[in-house]
Amino acid sequence: MSAIIECHALTKRYQMGEVEVAALRGVDVALTEGELVVLLGASGSGKSTLLNILGGLDVCTTGEVAYRGEDLTHADPDELTVYRRHHVGFVFQFYNLIPSLTARENVALVTEIADDPMDPAEALELVGLGDRLDHFPAQLSGGEQQRVAVARAVAKRPDLLLCDEPTGALDFTTGVRVLEVLERVNRELGTTTVIITHNAPIAAMGRRVITLADGLVANVETHTEQVAAAGLRW
Amino acid sequence: MSALGTKMRRDLWRLKGQVLTIALVLACGFLALIMLRSTYQSLVAARDAYYVDYRFGDVFARLERAPDAVGQRLEALPGVARVYTRIVEDIMVPLATEPDPITGRIVTIPDDGVAPLGALYLRSGRLPVAGSADEAVILEQFASAHGLVPGDRLPAVMNGQLRQLRIVGIALSPEYVLAMSGRGFGFDQRAFVVIWMLHGAVAPVFRLEGGFNDVVIKAEPGASIPAVLDAVDRELTGYGGFHAVGRDRQMSNYALTGELDSLRNLALIIPAVFLGVAAFLVNVVVSRLVFLERTQIAVLKAVGFTDRRIALHYLGLVASIALIGAVLGVSSGVWASHWMTDVYADFYRFPTRVYSVSPRVVVVTLAIGILAAVTGALGAVFRIARMPPAQAMRPPAPLAYRKRLAEWLGLGRVLSPSALMVVREIERRPVRFLFSVAGIAMGIGMFIFGRFSWDSFDYLLDEIYLREHHEDLTVTLSRPVSAGAIRELAKLPGVELAEGERTVGVRIHAGSRWRDIAITGYAPDAELHPPPAGLPDEGVLVTDQLAEILQIRIGDLVEVEILEGDWPVKEIVVRGVVDEAFGIQGHARADWLDHLLRVEPRVSTVLLRVAPGRLDEVRARLKEVPAVVGVTSTERTLQSLREQTGGWMVTMTLILGLSAAAIAVGIVYNNARIALSLRSRDLATLRVLGFTRREISAVLLGELGAQVVCGVPLGLLVGTWWAQLFALTIDQEAMRLPVHIASTTYAIAAAIAVVSGAVSALLVRRKLDRLDLVEVLKASD
Repeated sequence: MSAIIECHALTKRYQMGEVEVAALRGVDVALTEGELVVLLGASGSGKSTLLNILGGLDVCTTGEVAYRGEDLTHADPDELTVYRRHHVGFVFQFYNLIPSLTARENVALVTEIADDPMDPAEALELVGLGDRLDHFPAQLSGGEQQRVAVARAVAKRPDLLLCDEPTGALDFTTGVRVLEVLERVNRELGTTTVIITHNAPIAAMGRRVITLADGLVANVETHTEQVAAAGLRW
Repeated sequence: MSALGTKMRRDLWRLKGQVLTIALVLACGFLALIMLRSTYQSLVAARDAYYVDYRFGDVFARLERAPDAVGQRLEALPGVARVYTRIVEDIMVPLATEPDPITGRIVTIPDDGVAPLGALYLRSGRLPVAGSADEAVILEQFASAHGLVPGDRLPAVMNGQLRQLRIVGIALSPEYVLAMSGRGFGFDQRAFVVIWMLHGAVAPVFRLEGGFNDVVIKAEPGASIPAVLDAVDRELTGYGGFHAVGRDRQMSNYALTGELDSLRNLALIIPAVFLGVAAFLVNVVVSRLVFLERTQIAVLKAVGFTDRRIALHYLGLVASIALIGAVLGVSSGVWASHWMTDVYADFYRFPTRVYSVSPRVVVVTLAIGILAAVTGALGAVFRIARMPPAQAMRPPAPLAYRKRLAEWLGLGRVLSPSALMVVREIERRPVRFLFSVAGIAMGIGMFIFGRFSWDSFDYLLDEIYLREHHEDLTVTLSRPVSAGAIRELAKLPGVELAEGERTVGVRIHAGSRWRDIAITGYAPDAELHPPPAGLPDEGVLVTDQLAEILQIRIGDLVEVEILEGDWPVKEIVVRGVVDEAFGIQGHARADWLDHLLRVEPRVSTVLLRVAPGRLDEVRARLKEVPAVVGVTSTERTLQSLREQTGGWMVTMTLILGLSAAAIAVGIVYNNARIALSLRSRDLATLRVLGFTRREISAVLLGELGAQVVCGVPLGLLVGTWWAQLFALTIDQEAMRLPVHIASTTYAIAAAIAVVSGAVSALLVRRKLDRLDLVEVLKASD
């Protein structure tokens, strides 16, 4: 399997007031086409920073990042915007839906700027919300909102789906429902999917589990058998 | 400083852009209120003191000639306190330095030098000494326009004789606060001079020894002016001239009162616009602040701060903004009121220039401004009181939206999701949107309103006056003379065409209603000032304004008193009604008018067309014609009017333009900042999804663009509407100001709003470019 994105010797330092914080201290990661990876780590381990750099939301301090062999390390903000626009889908802990747009319109936001998007209704059908197309976020439950966020992320048929604590704000049942959707997207669309979590039981659904600690890759575990999301317990 | 005090100081610094833009709008309100109100009060105080100290009369009458005994009889009339009889004659002043002969008005003063009414304020020099035949005091406005000082000579053609008068004093008079001759168009300080001379020196020249032709009367306190006017008219019947008028129709006072009235109205309207907009801005900014700081407010409540203390903290913030506005506005207002008083003083002359910015005006202004700002903040402050600490600590529920206008209009399917975001934001806060649109519209409207009188005046000159008048020179004669004068003037070298006009003063009656008007008599084939279409062979055309006042229709028989000789009364038929800008008047054929008056053909004005390049030659020759009292060249009159108003207009355009810009920037910038802070999460999400900076700018600024796009046409309408309302307040009998707003005024007004909006948008866009995607998305709200 070829690597869709690779990073090498990645470091990221932030200036927090007068203190310099090293969020990443030399990370090497490569994601292969179509795999589902769980990024595990405690709060402050650097996993969100790594996800932001992989998704083109942030740039590294030193090191190299390449998407399908193209260098992202030296990309300017406009080039990163184009990268996100065409290749990356994001799902956040707090959904980040646009409250003034219905479910369908939230998805359409992305499909109108993407090259070969799905129909918004099709994307919402994929996440099991075919009957909630014209509801505004305020009319949807937390789980439904997160599924709209997933539909919005996958509607552009991204190469890379990055999910930052997608179940963090949800209860167990709803959380599993969302993970099932992510699993289905990965399986049916073949989208390379990264799920960030500090919730260790979720790691069982990943083909690979990369554990970060203190800005470094502490462990990489490859599962020969993945547990279906429906079978997860926490 | 308390912790809350420190917070307030830092909040003010953090919100400096918004603080400054609101303070500027408030400052404009303070400035306008202080400037207009103080100038109004200064002028009223100066006028009132002047009229009292220099014994301005209550009743004024012009006649042809009456013996002194009539004056004594007038003094005995009920309600009359004092009578001042004098000679007033218009003469020609052929000043060597001026191409045109100038109109001079001789006004006599008693031989002891002390005018009992309408006393002179000597600015320099002295009064003529008893027995002097050629000593004169002249009006300051004219003296300063020509650089004349005591000791200089002034040529004057008095009853056909050229005299060299010796200027001994420069003076002001309450009767000439605004120097207007009443002849010609508007006023020109360079072309009209009042000359005060001793009665004894003037009477023989005009063969008025033992008599007078002008009277000023002081009424007893509490006397009924209409009753005095009636009594005076009865007494003066048979002595020719015009009916007596009260102060309200005295020319200078009439103009001054009109100006003061419009100043007083402006002092209400303009500050109200600014303060209303400032209150609105305070409302949106403080509401947003309270919304964003709800967690901090909850913490303050949780640790024991009272609602009152927290509310006072936010009101203190508002008061600080008002204070900044007050410092800027009051200081510039005091300066501007001096400037404006000076501008007025160039036209309206008083003995002393009073710069009165009364502490009361400042205090009232500040109170109104602070009240406006605090009123704006009240809604937000009440929300603080209602906010329970625990609830305030939680993020607010997602904003609820519903499908509304866009769907009803069928736009839901047509518009892109990002365009729908704009539409739904507007739908969610329609009141804020409407207020913003109204604010921008009022700024634009104020600009148009401020300029419309110049535009209309220009239109009046260019489109109406110049279209109807083709003469190069208008020659005014001292009194109606035989039509032979036309032939005399036509013979002057350089004159191509001479045509005469006859103007007769009449009092026209229809039932119990009456007005004093002038009827102009035309030759039916006149080329230079052609008569209005439909000039009848017999009877008159009247202006529609006059027809309306007298409620007369075509075919009606009306009674006219001819204000010449012993005021003969005639009956004439109204043959038509014409729509005209200039007041109330009548038009008739000159030959019919002469027939009505039973006189030989006469003219009072001669219009000349002059061969190209020979204008100066003709003007010089006219200075030698004794019957001439003044010559006005159409071109010079218009040029001088434009020069007089030009500088004033540029300054006012600048002030109004900056004010409109302050309002537009205040609204657009503040709304943009608020939209940015409330929607940064949505915008960051869009950026993460792959929207470019330009695309999210369109989403954020789309609503603001919509405000400007709706505000501009509405502002153009509002400005036009204000102008129309204002035009109605102008005395329709004197002049009907056609409301005409130049396309350049509309264009500048629209450009100010668009450019201000664009600049504000750019300022906010810089912040949008620096949006920290990671930081914004980390937070739960």
